[in-house]
Amino acid sequence: MKLEYDLVIIGGGPAGLAVALEARRNAVKDILLLERDKYLGGILPQCIHNGFGLQYFKEELTGPEYAERFIAKLNDKQIDVKTETMVIKITPDKRIIAINRDDGLLHIQAKTIVLAMGCRERTREAIAIPGNRPAGIFTAGTAQRYINIEGYIPGREVVILGSGDIGMIMARRMTLEGARVKAVLEIMPFSTGLIRNRVQCLDDFNIPLKFNHTITRIRGGKRVEGVTVAQVDNSLQVIPETKEEISCDTILLSVGLIPENELTGEAGIKLDPVTRGPIVNENRETEMEGIFACGNVLHVHDLADFVTEEGEIVGRAVGEYLKRNIRFRSRSIKIVPGDNIAYVVPQHIDFLVPGRKKIKIFMRVKKPAENDRIVFRDGKGKMLVSYKKAIVTPGEMVSVYLPEILLEDRLKNITVSTEEEAKE
Amino acid sequence: MEGKEMICVSCPKGCRITVQNRGGEIISITGNDCPRGIKYAQEEFINPLRILPTTVKVIGGELPLVSVKTKKAIPKRLLLKAMAEIAEIEVKAPVKIGQVIKSDLLGTGVNLVATRNIKRADSNPTKF
Repeated sequence: MKLEYDLVIIGGGPAGLAVALEARRNAVKDILLLERDKYLGGILPQCIHNGFGLQYFKEELTGPEYAERFIAKLNDKQIDVKTETMVIKITPDKRIIAINRDDGLLHIQAKTIVLAMGCRERTREAIAIPGNRPAGIFTAGTAQRYINIEGYIPGREVVILGSGDIGMIMARRMTLEGARVKAVLEIMPFSTGLIRNRVQCLDDFNIPLKFNHTITRIRGGKRVEGVTVAQVDNSLQVIPETKEEISCDTILLSVGLIPENELTGEAGIKLDPVTRGPIVNENRETEMEGIFACGNVLHVHDLADFVTEEGEIVGRAVGEYLKRNIRFRSRSIKIVPGDNIAYVVPQHIDFLVPGRKKIKIFMRVKKPAENDRIVFRDGKGKMLVSYKKAIVTPGEMVSVYLPEILLEDRLKNITVSTEEEAKE
Repeated sequence: MEGKEMICVSCPKGCRITVQNRGGEIISITGNDCPRGIKYAQEEFINPLRILPTTVKVIGGELPLVSVKTKKAIPKRLLLKAMAEIAEIEVKAPVKIGQVIKSDLLGTGVNLVATRNIKRADSNPTKF
């Protein structure tokens, strides 16, 4: 079998699929897509709800339909696909070690690698909830797979911790399947999920969403019997006199996602401590040449549509890289997160690209703000450009364009912040 | 006169809108910061509609379930009734994406369609 490729993509979810197709459109020939599950699509096949594709296809699709749009095209494009294949190591010289049942151990040599491994959910252990260790505690995504793919209902009386999108979507899903969702608890004073999910998943079914609340103890023997919940103060400390008991047999956790970067870290690729994904330039190339990253392995996205967009950036970048069609700036410009900005992607701008007018910069804010401006300033504090934003929230990624014309050779750093409208 | 509270989903701001009404007739809409809120509140008040995504049991498939959705949005008040009806349905593999699983669900005129492909199980269906 073939063991040398121009491009090897690790992960067959929305990111990896977009890379494969876009790389083909950019004349990349030898492509291998590796997926550890039985089928392509990543998390999409279990996300049976609608709301996908509004940005990319301008029509509303469910997760499986969104995935199928890409998978169907893959079949005509002569891209080698190996499912149930687990990558166990990548090296700086772009060798990939993978295993599967048919081929055993595979040593593959690539000219470029794209990391598209996605992310995984934080667990009870990650947030250290005290109490017993009974059965009945699931991450929301695990419960989603049981219900939507495997056909099991994980419980009947449910408390959900975290108001992220998956948590809210599972509140609706479990309610529709006959379970009773007693409460969704959110430790912050705001939801980290999309507003549409709050309305259509919780309010539609009168499921209470309690802000500034968390689980302080889990009770149960063999199975969960209940939780103690309490309100928290401004510094997220539990207010003891607000403690109350809620009986339940199931707890779902929707408490954040972590990019899955074990392979990346072991290869010695530098990670951003905030995104927990690799540090990348505007081509989404990591600090190891010819190794790119996109999708939730790079930073956690709100919408699959944005993951597709990022995969396509990488598909084009791989094409340019293999054609040696790249020119570096005299020096790289760092994009630094300033006031109220949690992180920025890309973290630096490295290339001179003829005809490029603007670069799309993605960021997440730390706190909600209204009628602020997103402001870019140079190292001396001089404003380069700013954009008015009626509303920014941590639950919705912000993207703005940085005009190419402003990227003078003298620039070393550009800081991006949110600033109150009145200041400017 | 009574007030119905709702959160507008037109943008991330999530304006809290109150629809003042008398016997189902809208008197006033307040709390919206932009015109999109008026349109949203009217639709949501008069006839809130939702697409229903769920699953249907598959016989002889590579997986035990196929994901489905109502092709168009159906009245929100029918969601639980629709779930009860859908629970009775079984479909034989193979299933093609877009295939009509149940036509005219609950007399709404809306079809229930498959949202993925399910192949026939060869010899061993996937066991979890």
